[in-house]
Amino acid sequence: MRTRRISFLARTTVQYLVLLILGTAFMVPVIWMLSSSLHDVQGVFALPFKWIPGIWHWENYYRVVTLLPFGRYFVNTLIITVPYMLFMVLSSSFAAYGFSRLRFPGRDKLFALCVATMMLPGQVTIIPLYIMYSKLGLVDTYWPLIIPAVFGSPFYIFLLRQFFLTIPRELDEAALIDGASHLRIYWSVILPQARPALATVLIFSFIGSWNDFFGPLIYINSPEKATLTLGLNLMKTQILGSGVVEWNTLMAASVLVLIPNVVLFFLAQKQFMRGINLGGIRG
Amino acid sequence: MIRRHFTGYGFVAPWIIGFILLTAGPMLYSLYLSLTRATLLSPPKWVGLNNYLHMVADDPLFYTSLWNTVYFVAFSVPLGLLVSLILALLLHQRLKGIGVFRTVFFLPSITNMVAVSVLWLWIFNPEFGLINTLLDAFGIRGPLWLQSESWAKPALIIMSLWGIGGTMIIFLAALQGVPQNLYEAAELDGAGKIRKFWHVTLPMISPAFVFNLIIGVIGSFQVFTQAFVMTGSAQPGSEGGPNNATLFYVLYLYKKAFQEFRMGYASALAWVLFVIILLCTVALMKMSKSRVYYEGMDQK
Repeated sequence: MRTRRISFLARTTVQYLVLLILGTAFMVPVIWMLSSSLHDVQGVFALPFKWIPGIWHWENYYRVVTLLPFGRYFVNTLIITVPYMLFMVLSSSFAAYGFSRLRFPGRDKLFALCVATMMLPGQVTIIPLYIMYSKLGLVDTYWPLIIPAVFGSPFYIFLLRQFFLTIPRELDEAALIDGASHLRIYWSVILPQARPALATVLIFSFIGSWNDFFGPLIYINSPEKATLTLGLNLMKTQILGSGVVEWNTLMAASVLVLIPNVVLFFLAQKQFMRGINLGGIRG
Repeated sequence: MIRRHFTGYGFVAPWIIGFILLTAGPMLYSLYLSLTRATLLSPPKWVGLNNYLHMVADDPLFYTSLWNTVYFVAFSVPLGLLVSLILALLLHQRLKGIGVFRTVFFLPSITNMVAVSVLWLWIFNPEFGLINTLLDAFGIRGPLWLQSESWAKPALIIMSLWGIGGTMIIFLAALQGVPQNLYEAAELDGAGKIRKFWHVTLPMISPAFVFNLIIGVIGSFQVFTQAFVMTGSAQPGSEGGPNNATLFYVLYLYKKAFQEFRMGYASALAWVLFVIILLCTVALMKMSKSRVYYEGMDQK
């Protein structure tokens, strides 16, 4: 009995130790970034590195905004992301309703096609899309970054269909008997029931649009229309090209860009985990 | 009945329209473009298979970028799977405060790739960066990382391990889905820890393994942002250095399409990538089919 207890204790200790080592390895870059962002220009080059700056230079964060208009980039990114999320959740749930609640010839083949396009590498369509948007005069506008959401995305259609299938059919049948149309059932029966899954799609699509770099990189040319990711890349180019590299300012800018992601994660941890379970890849 | 079909098509119509306008149409058009010489302004001129022949016969950068990408995939995917599986196994233990560790491992994966790249650019700084100053403390002189032809790709592979949170969470979900009674049965048969892992855990999570493997391969073949942000000097066009050591396939394609505006040739590059990814996916699916356990398979 006693040896068992000791071996249990030993095992737990080892597990914590390994977790702590790996956890530290994952956290150190973040702490290093925060610490660098609070040093002065020369402070980051001190050897050995001072993890806690002598004086905390909070003004680095202000300097970020004076170098490039990050407030504006923030608003620009919101202008793209908010309609993107809303369109995405509406259109994807609409198609998911069709795929999960209605019968029509070719439905399962269409759904298989939809799922298959998830695997498609974007490069194979990007050039014609760019030519198309440029012929429509939409290059250097936000439309090419929003329009795809209007038609839904296979991944979200798939997730939502999985969730809709778990909603009892009795609910819509009762509504049908009361004479409700499918549009009405979709809107007043299914969507309210599917709120948790809709939240997951909102959050995933927020992350997707907010973090997008390739899209803005090719479609947005005017510096004042830049998104946060483009702005950060602009700042990197500007700072690396100057005589004394202001790593502190660059780290402060990175921290600023990362804050929304981190805040969102802590607000919506549950939705993240649900999304993974909905994917249905657990054994 | 017909009315009912009509409703069904109505609901999926937005997706179908999007599929035709934004996926199928562009795909076919890019196949056509790949057989032409096209810029943004001039109309495409038919050149048959010339783009493909040029690629294979006399474009050394095509091979360089393909090799760089294969190198990246070959290391970052298996290493990523291994590390994320180990992390998931550790997180699967019932320990106090495990949620904090889960957050720590998962968080980097949902952050912004550009910000992460800028951070790691600083971490890999040969003189003052985190890694080399740490190595210095142990008396090891670190390599030049991103400025070194032989260390630039390993640097990006190391960095990719920081973003494996998503893979890890999928493994964790799979581990939590393994029925407890299987372990109990194995114990009754006298199986130890290692045997339980090989004969219960691994087979039961094999679908998640295959999923992560395929998604990992598809994603890593398209590696772009890190290389674009972290390599080259301040001048546009210099990305992919030093000496093209980080010129990954999609970066090369981007340069051809959006810096040189050689739309025909870039389309050909895109189709070659598409075929490579498709073949890899099919091959992995075929290979895994006989080795994966799906629930309900043995109930026939």
